[in-house]
Amino acid sequence: MTEKVNSGAGKWIPAVALAWIVPGGGHLMLKKPGRAGLIAFCVVAMYLLGLMMRGALFTPRSDDLLTTVIYYGGFIGNIMNGILYFLTVSLGYAQPDAAGHVHDYGTKFLVAAGLLNVLGMVDAYEIATGQKD
Amino acid sequence: MPKISLSHFEASILFALFTSIVLGVVTKRSDHERMRYAAYCFAWFVAAIFGLSWLMYLGHG
Repeated sequence: MTEKVNSGAGKWIPAVALAWIVPGGGHLMLKKPGRAGLIAFCVVAMYLLGLMMRGALFTPRSDDLLTTVIYYGGFIGNIMNGILYFLTVSLGYAQPDAAGHVHDYGTKFLVAAGLLNVLGMVDAYEIATGQKD
Repeated sequence: MPKISLSHFEASILFALFTSIVLGVVTKRSDHERMRYAAYCFAWFVAAIFGLSWLMYLGHG
C-alpha cells in the first residue's frame, strides 16, 4: 500500500522549526493541542529539573574520539531544547561541570530533554507531511 | 534558581515517566494506544531499574 505523502518543504519546515524553538509548538501549529501540551510539559519539566540539579551544559570540544563524540553529542542534545537552551545561556544559568551524582543526573536530564524534543520534532514532521494524523 | 537533590531512584523514575509519556505520544495513533504504550514503557523502565539495581548490588559482592 502506498501512502500519499505531502512532502512540500513549505508544509513541514515551519512546523519542525517551531517544534525545535518552542517544545510542543509544532504540534500546536498543526492543531494538536493535547499532544503539544504533553510534549511541552515533559521537555520543560525535564529541562528545569536538570537545571535545578545543577547539571552542566556541554560545549563543543575536540580531543580523542570518545571525548569528541560525548561533547559534540551532548552539545547537540542541549541545543535541541531550543529556546530553553538559549535563555539559559543568555541569562547566565549555565552551570560549570561539578562532581557528584546529582549534578551528573542533571547533565543527563538536560541532554535527554533535548532528545525528547527531537522526538516531538519528528512527530511534527510526520503530521505536517500527512504520514500521520 | 532553586536547587534540588534527587536520589538515584527518584531521578530514574522521573526520567522513566517523562520519556514514557513522550514515547507514547509520538509512536501511537489513538489516545487509547498512547496511554497503553506509555504505561507499557514505564513498566519496563521500572523493571529495568530494579533488575539492573539488583544486578549491580549482587555483582558488587
